[in-house]
Amino acid sequence: MLNKRLQIRPVSITWRVLLFVALTVTICLSLMASLVNNSINHHFLQQDAGELEVMTHAIEHQLQSNFISNDELAVDLEKAVSGHHGVYYQVHTLDGTNIYSNSQYDFSTSAASAQMAEIFEIDNIQLWEVGGKTFRGLVTGVEVSGVAYKVTTAIDMGFHLNFLDEFKYSLWTIMIGSCLLTLLAAWLAIHQGLNPIRGLSQEIEDIQTNKMNVRLDTGKVPKELINLVQSFNQMLDRMEEGFSRLAHFSTDIAHELRTPLTNIITQTQVNLSRPRESDKYQEMLFSNLEELEQLSKMVNDMLGIAKASNGLIKPKKQLLNTTNEIQALFDFFDAFADEADITLQATGSTLEIYCDQLHLRQSLSNLLSNAIRHAPKGSTVTIDCHESVAKTANISVINPGQPIPEVSLPYVFDRFYRVDKSRKKHSKGTGLGLGLAIAKAMVEANGGRLSVTSDQHKTQFTINIPLAVKD
Amino acid sequence: MRLLIVEDEVKTGDYLKQGLSEAGFMVSLVRNGLDGHHLAMTETFDLILLDVMLPDISGWRIVKALRDANNSTPILFLSARDSVEDRVKGLELGADDYLIKPFAFSEVLARVRTLLRRGDASVDMGQLEVADLQLDNRKRKVIRAGRRIALSNQEFNLLELLMRRVGEVLPRSLIASEVWDMNFDSDTNVIDVAIRRLRMKIDDDFPNKLIHTVRGMGYKLEADDVK
Repeated sequence: MLNKRLQIRPVSITWRVLLFVALTVTICLSLMASLVNNSINHHFLQQDAGELEVMTHAIEHQLQSNFISNDELAVDLEKAVSGHHGVYYQVHTLDGTNIYSNSQYDFSTSAASAQMAEIFEIDNIQLWEVGGKTFRGLVTGVEVSGVAYKVTTAIDMGFHLNFLDEFKYSLWTIMIGSCLLTLLAAWLAIHQGLNPIRGLSQEIEDIQTNKMNVRLDTGKVPKELINLVQSFNQMLDRMEEGFSRLAHFSTDIAHELRTPLTNIITQTQVNLSRPRESDKYQEMLFSNLEELEQLSKMVNDMLGIAKASNGLIKPKKQLLNTTNEIQALFDFFDAFADEADITLQATGSTLEIYCDQLHLRQSLSNLLSNAIRHAPKGSTVTIDCHESVAKTANISVINPGQPIPEVSLPYVFDRFYRVDKSRKKHSKGTGLGLGLAIAKAMVEANGGRLSVTSDQHKTQFTINIPLAVKD
Repeated sequence: MRLLIVEDEVKTGDYLKQGLSEAGFMVSLVRNGLDGHHLAMTETFDLILLDVMLPDISGWRIVKALRDANNSTPILFLSARDSVEDRVKGLELGADDYLIKPFAFSEVLARVRTLLRRGDASVDMGQLEVADLQLDNRKRKVIRAGRRIALSNQEFNLLELLMRRVGEVLPRSLIASEVWDMNFDSDTNVIDVAIRRLRMKIDDDFPNKLIHTVRGMGYKLEADDVK
C-alpha cells in the first residue's frame, strides 16, 4: 500500500520531449544571438575607433603646424576636421585653458578620469554619458614646441545605439518565434508518432476472452513497435492456452463432482423410499461416507494445488538428506510394494537439499505410488538421486512398463488428466488424477521443477531441486 | 473429562457435541466468542475445541486471554483457514493442535485423545498387553498366546501404536503420521495393505480377532470380549 502511494507516474512522453526540445532550442538560439550581438558591437567599436583615430591625427597634425596665435589655431582646428558627422573635439592646454571646442557638451567631468595617452590606442576609448547622450571618447596628449595640449575627441553613439536596440528587438522576436514553431513541430511529430500505438490500443480493446485467437499484425506497425507487438502476441498465446486448460478443468471438475453426488443422492432417495432395517440405513450411511470422503479429499487437494501454484503456501524449508528421505518413503511403501510384487531400490548418491520436508515427501509419495501402480508385476521401481551439471539435485522415480504416449506427455501434470481415459476412478487404489498435479505444485512451491520422460524401457519422473548451499 | 466446544457453525457444533458425548466426554457447547471466552475463563475444562473464525471474538484472542491468565488448558483449533501462517500463528499463541475443515470426526476424536493423554506420561509404555497379545517395547518382542511372533520394524511400530491406543479408532492419516511420519493424506491404500499384513501375523492364526476395521473411519485394536 505504502509503496503504491509513493509511486509517482513518470512524466508524459510529450512533456518530456517538448522539454528537451525547448531547452536545446533556447540554448542554441541564445548562443547565436549573443554571438551576433557581440560581433555587431565589436564592429561598431572598430568603426568608431577608426573615426576617432582619423580625427585625433588630424588635430595633432594641425597642432604641429606652425600657427601664430591660439585664435588662429582655433580657426585652423575648425577646418581640420570636416566631413564627419556627429563628432566633437576639444583642445585644452594642460592648465585647462580652452583653445577650441566645437561642441556644446562639456566632456571635462567624464574625461577627468581618462588616462591621457601619448598615442592612439583602441583600449583607451571610453564611454561617456553627457547631457543625456552616450559618447565614445578618448583623450590624448600632444606636445608641440614645449607646449602640452590635451585633445579630447568624442563620437555620438546615439545612431548606433538606436540601431542596436531595434536589432535586438527583431532578434528576440525571431528567437521566440522559432522556439515556438519548433515546439509546435515537435508536438505534432510526437502526436503523429504515437498514432500507431493508439491504433494498437484500439485493436487490443477489441480482444475478448471468448475470442482469444485474435493476434495483432506485425506488418501494420512501424518497426520500433514490432517487438512490443510480438511480446503481446506471445502473451496472448500463453493466455489462450491457460484459458483453454481452465475451461477443460472446469468441465472436468464438474464431472468429477457430479458422479459422487449422483451416487449419494440416488442412494439416499432409494433408501428413504420405504422403511428398512436399521442395518440397511447403516450400510447407506457408510456408502455415503465413502463418497463424501472422496469429495472432501478432492476439495482439499484442489485447494492445496491452487494455493501452491498461486504462491500462497510458504514452504518451511529445512536441510534434508535425500537418502534419509528416500529410505523413509521406502519404509512407508514397503508393504504396499511387496503386495504388488514390486522391488524398491535406491541408486545414486546422497545429497543435501533445502526443501520443505512435508512437500518433498508428498511429491515423492505421489510419484512412487504412481510408479508402483504402473510397473509390471515382478519388476523394480527405482529412485535415483544424483547431482546435475547445474549443481542441482535430480531425484528421479523410474518404473519400467507401458510408456506414456507422446501426445499425453505435456498433459500428465494437468488436474484430472488420465492417460487411460477408460479407467475411471472408484476402482480402488487409483487416485483422482490429482496426484501428479499436486506433486508438481509442491515441487514448484519449493523452487524446483518436475519433468517427465517416457520410452519403451522406462517412465521417469524427475524432481529437480536446488542443492543446499554450503557456507 | 469436561470439554468445551466454541463453534458458531450450528451443524458442526451439534455433531461435534453429539459425537464427543457419545465417546464418553462431558461436553459444553457455546456458539459465540463472548460466551466461549467467559466460560473458558471462569470454569475448568480438560480441553477446549475452538473455532478460529467466530463472529465476535476471534479464537486467537480467546487463546491469548487464556494463556495470559496462566491457564494451560489444552486447546485444539478448528479452522477453515489452512495457510501455514495461520497455523503457525495459532500454535505460537499457545494452541496445542490445529485441525482444518473439513475434518473427519474420527480425526477430531483421535486428536482430542492424544491431547488429553499428553498430560499423563506416567503410564509405563514399556509393556503393553491386550487380551492374550503382549508387546515388549524394550526387547521389541511380540507374543500372542505364548507364541513369539516375528514382525518387521514397520509392523512392530504399527502394532505398538494400535496397542498403545487400544479401543480407539485411528484414522489412516493419523496412522501414517504416527508410524511413518508422513503428515499428509496419502493417495494410496498403503495403510490398508500394512494393516492387512499385520493382521495376517497377529490375527489369522487365532479365533478371536483383535484388529478391527471401522468402516469409513479407520482401524482399532480391541479384545472382542470387551463388547
